[in-house]
Amino acid sequence: MTNTTLTTLRDEILTACTAAPDIAAIEALRVSALGKKGSITALMKDLGTMAPDARKAFGQQINVVKDEVTAALEARKSVLEAAALDKRLASESMDVTLPVRPEARGSLHPISQTMDEVAAIFGQMGFEIADGPDIEDDFHNFTALNFPPGHPAREMHDTFFLPPAEDGQRYLLRTHTSPVQIRTMMNQKPPIRVIIPGRTYRCDYDMTHTPMFHQVELLVIDTETNMSHLRGCLQEFVRTYFGVDDLTTRFRPSFFPFTEPSAEMDIGCSRKGGELKIGNYGDWLEILGCGMVHPNVLRACGLDPDVYQGFAAGMGIERIAMLKYGIPDLRTFFESDLRWLKHYGFAALDIPSVTGGLTR
Amino acid sequence: MKFTLSWLKDHLDTTASLDEIGAKLTSTGLEVESLANPAAGLDAFIVAHISDAKQHPNADRLRLCTVETGTETLQVVCGAPNARAGLKVVLARPGVTIPATGDVLKKGSIRGVESQGMLCSAGELKLPLEGDGIIELPADAPIGAAITKVMNFDPVIEINLTPNRVDALGVYGIARDLAAAGLGKLKPLNTAPVKGSFDSPRKVKMRLLGGDEKLCPQFVGRTLRGVKNGESPAWLKDRLNAIGLRPVSALVDITQYLTIDLGRPLHAFDDAKLKGDVGPRLATPGETLAALNGKTYTLDSSIVVIADEAGAQGIAGVMGGEPTSVTETTTTVFLESALFNPINIANTGRKLLINSDARYCFERGVDPASPVPGAEIATRMIIDICGGEASHLTEGGAAPDHKRSIAFNPARVKSLGGVELPAPDIKSILERLGFAVAGSGDAWQVIPPSWRADVEGWQDLVEEVLRIHGYDNIPPTPLPRAPMPKVALSAQQRQVAFTRRSLAARGLNETTTWAFLPGAQANLFRGELPLVTLANPISSDLDAMRPSLLPNLAAAAGRNAARGLSDCGFFEVGPRFEGPKPGQQTLVAAALRAGHTTARHWAGTRRAVDALDAKADALAALEAAGTPVSSLQTANGAASWYHPGRSGVLKLGNQVLAAFGELHPGVLATLDVKGPMVACEVYLDRLPQSKKAKTGSARTLLKASNFQPVERDFAFVVETGVAAEALLRAVRNTDKDLITDVGLFDVYEGPHLGEGELGEGKKSLAVSVTLQPKDATLTDEQIEGVAKKIVAAVEKACGGRLRA
Repeated sequence: MTNTTLTTLRDEILTACTAAPDIAAIEALRVSALGKKGSITALMKDLGTMAPDARKAFGQQINVVKDEVTAALEARKSVLEAAALDKRLASESMDVTLPVRPEARGSLHPISQTMDEVAAIFGQMGFEIADGPDIEDDFHNFTALNFPPGHPAREMHDTFFLPPAEDGQRYLLRTHTSPVQIRTMMNQKPPIRVIIPGRTYRCDYDMTHTPMFHQVELLVIDTETNMSHLRGCLQEFVRTYFGVDDLTTRFRPSFFPFTEPSAEMDIGCSRKGGELKIGNYGDWLEILGCGMVHPNVLRACGLDPDVYQGFAAGMGIERIAMLKYGIPDLRTFFESDLRWLKHYGFAALDIPSVTGGLTR
Repeated sequence: MKFTLSWLKDHLDTTASLDEIGAKLTSTGLEVESLANPAAGLDAFIVAHISDAKQHPNADRLRLCTVETGTETLQVVCGAPNARAGLKVVLARPGVTIPATGDVLKKGSIRGVESQGMLCSAGELKLPLEGDGIIELPADAPIGAAITKVMNFDPVIEINLTPNRVDALGVYGIARDLAAAGLGKLKPLNTAPVKGSFDSPRKVKMRLLGGDEKLCPQFVGRTLRGVKNGESPAWLKDRLNAIGLRPVSALVDITQYLTIDLGRPLHAFDDAKLKGDVGPRLATPGETLAALNGKTYTLDSSIVVIADEAGAQGIAGVMGGEPTSVTETTTTVFLESALFNPINIANTGRKLLINSDARYCFERGVDPASPVPGAEIATRMIIDICGGEASHLTEGGAAPDHKRSIAFNPARVKSLGGVELPAPDIKSILERLGFAVAGSGDAWQVIPPSWRADVEGWQDLVEEVLRIHGYDNIPPTPLPRAPMPKVALSAQQRQVAFTRRSLAARGLNETTTWAFLPGAQANLFRGELPLVTLANPISSDLDAMRPSLLPNLAAAAGRNAARGLSDCGFFEVGPRFEGPKPGQQTLVAAALRAGHTTARHWAGTRRAVDALDAKADALAALEAAGTPVSSLQTANGAASWYHPGRSGVLKLGNQVLAAFGELHPGVLATLDVKGPMVACEVYLDRLPQSKKAKTGSARTLLKASNFQPVERDFAFVVETGVAAEALLRAVRNTDKDLITDVGLFDVYEGPHLGEGELGEGKKSLAVSVTLQPKDATLTDEQIEGVAKKIVAAVEKACGGRLRA
């Protein structure tokens, strides 16, 4: 075996490597050169027959060639692999303009969202949420709220009645959320701070009335809350709810059987061009009714009106939702029109909070 | 309630403008509904003189007028029959906007003759004046002047009177309130007695007995003879017209006028048509009365009537009777001024469905001190307008004692009202409103005037002070609060909130539907629950309280399908009514899907919704509400409104927490909606409340294994009737420590299960089981051992065999 033979072998292998058309040919070449029965391996086996000096020198030469061939095979393999990948990718293109697979997107009703917004704001002021039954008795809906039997104010309420019950009671659908005031005061010791959102019912159906609607009621009872706090609390609420930091409010005397003194609150607005805008534009919009809880109501709940006092307020959920979100027609709230629900509804993850932003 | 500015100024000496008066009315609680100034928009209309009026050459009914404006002479065509030479008229020149039509007047030609303006009628200017044709101005009206300078325009104010304000039922009371609020000086009423010249031949006879006297505590009468009942004077007619009342005759108009002016309804009988003494009594059952509105009413014994010896002649406090009413030929009048019980009048009015100004006053409460002064004022007005002479008064009953003293600490204005106000100011306000104030320091005694029946306690006095001082002077003070707010929602409220948002996140649209529905639909969805109906539904198809939320959701899906949106999903969280009493409602989350899971799509992922979609909704709701869903058991068959074979319930122990399935096709057909629809109902009140662990909100420690999990697949052949859940549970329970997951990846029922291997009525269920070792990698022997146990457990529990 001579250096010439080794050089020839090296050249043959490298030529074959460069010419190898695919990865299989490279692998075959590797086996034929470096495999157990390969040509270079065979040279290594022959070393044993050589004189020690020659063996060392020739052995080194073989190793150089072996490394060279190995590297050449690897390099060629990489090139071929890259070419194969390019070829595969070239055949794998897709139309990325295709529409994605559909996923249904649900929504929350504006009434739920508005109730959550109201709860988020009053929650910051230390209010908790109370609720009560939709079917009520005369005591909780009227008598305890200082509507004496036969009082004309009862007529203002267009009450839905159930047929007379065997127990002699005439149950009704609550005409306001105020009966929950009574239930709260009878079951809980002051100090009390609750809001009461819920369904309410009146026998009236036209452009601006629906037989079922929603209210939220506020009740604060302790020994010192006065009308100034009422105004402050409501002012903070409307400013936060409508997102107008300096929104002006106006208090007007009014009448509700269950409050004394009673008031209605207006907020600043503009009606220019038939478009309603909330803000300090000089015009006024009535937004809610409120007042200090009437002494007769406190008495009906077993509280001494010379000791305990506080305020109550109530507003329409649909009304404040319509004002804030520009929803034109009350009746559409209850029509379950999918187009309306998707348009005016809210995303499931749009959870209102005062610190995280009330409205997206 | 409506009145005019000049009417108010009869009682109030003020220099305030109309706008100032309006603002003050609202700020004292007499909310202005509308404030109409008839002169608005009339500045461009001027006084003109018709110097000549000829027949139009081409039209019989038109006149050709020569009109002088002082600066020019115009030719105007006019169709009014009263257009004549010498008349002072209202002229609109081209370019002026006509109030009635909103159109701008143009120069034009009428039947071939040029018309250079328009002579206006009251209707065209929207003025509440009487008479047909064009307005006839006084002869001394200066030609060329704006009519707003010449005509007397009386602005009309309408206020929204709250039911407590009995003191402001009349214009006089309104003036009194404005004066107290600092807007002028109240002019005194002349209530001096009119000297009677004879004894009334007709007496008052009180026929209410045995405790019913309180229904009419006082009745004052008087005979006026020699009166002439003609047309009312112009000022009186103008005022009634201005507020929308129709003038009838002087006697009627006077009583109408005083009802509005003083809140003191009165009645004038034609004395010649009465028989014997007159007074209040209870109607006899079945007694009839022909009332002034032309209707005949059948009365009952709860109704108070004014009767003479012949019978009932008027419904007390509500409406007079036609047979004894005054007419143009009336010469002797019997005048009635009485007090009635507000609740009794309200009930009578409601029962007979009569709304009248008298009822409006009496049911709120007329000043108990007013019968005698009211009679005197009316007498004076009748004599002034109709002449005649008055008798002495004849009276029955007596004025009730209205005097009561309220203990008042002026510091309450601050402690309840939140307004710092010096005691002398508080006293001054109360006195200006007619309250008598005695005492000093923190112990005042305040006596309300007769017209303030609404004032009962010290809280009412605080309101009076705040009202007159101005509610806008109440300073806003933030509610004192803890440095960090507490959680506002209860545990259950949070459960509901999470449930609601989870359902929306699943692609369902939340809706809100009526709590009522047609009784026939309630019957389909109530099972064993009673039918809860309303006595006075808004319409016959909303007559029952809903026992389930599903009929409304199905109807909603049906309506949307009719609009072309047949693939839809809705949910609602709300009450269902299980009985007719308070507390018999429960909270339910219901979801309904119809049509397909998605729209048609290239990827072909679309399929029709089925009962398992509804089950998934129910499980998602339950999981969101914190229910341990892995402990739930599914049982076949839900309530009768579900498809019997494609529905089920989810139970925790014996408690049914939810029902789901396809809705019964027969039920959907009755609801007249196209199916199939699938739905679920989750009974939120039945869900277990999460118990807070002792460690608070800390989670259990995660023990993640470092060893490779092993997955093994098994296919079992079982009877078709075997529930998948039973098989999965049997597998899972084989080795709860080692088996961490069991999935069902294939269900096959069909003819190709292998010849001879399975007979009819078999199916194949293929499960993949994940084994997670904790301490060491599993050996083949261990895996084989578990596999054997799994096969044995399934065989025991479900009779299943491993598929070859």
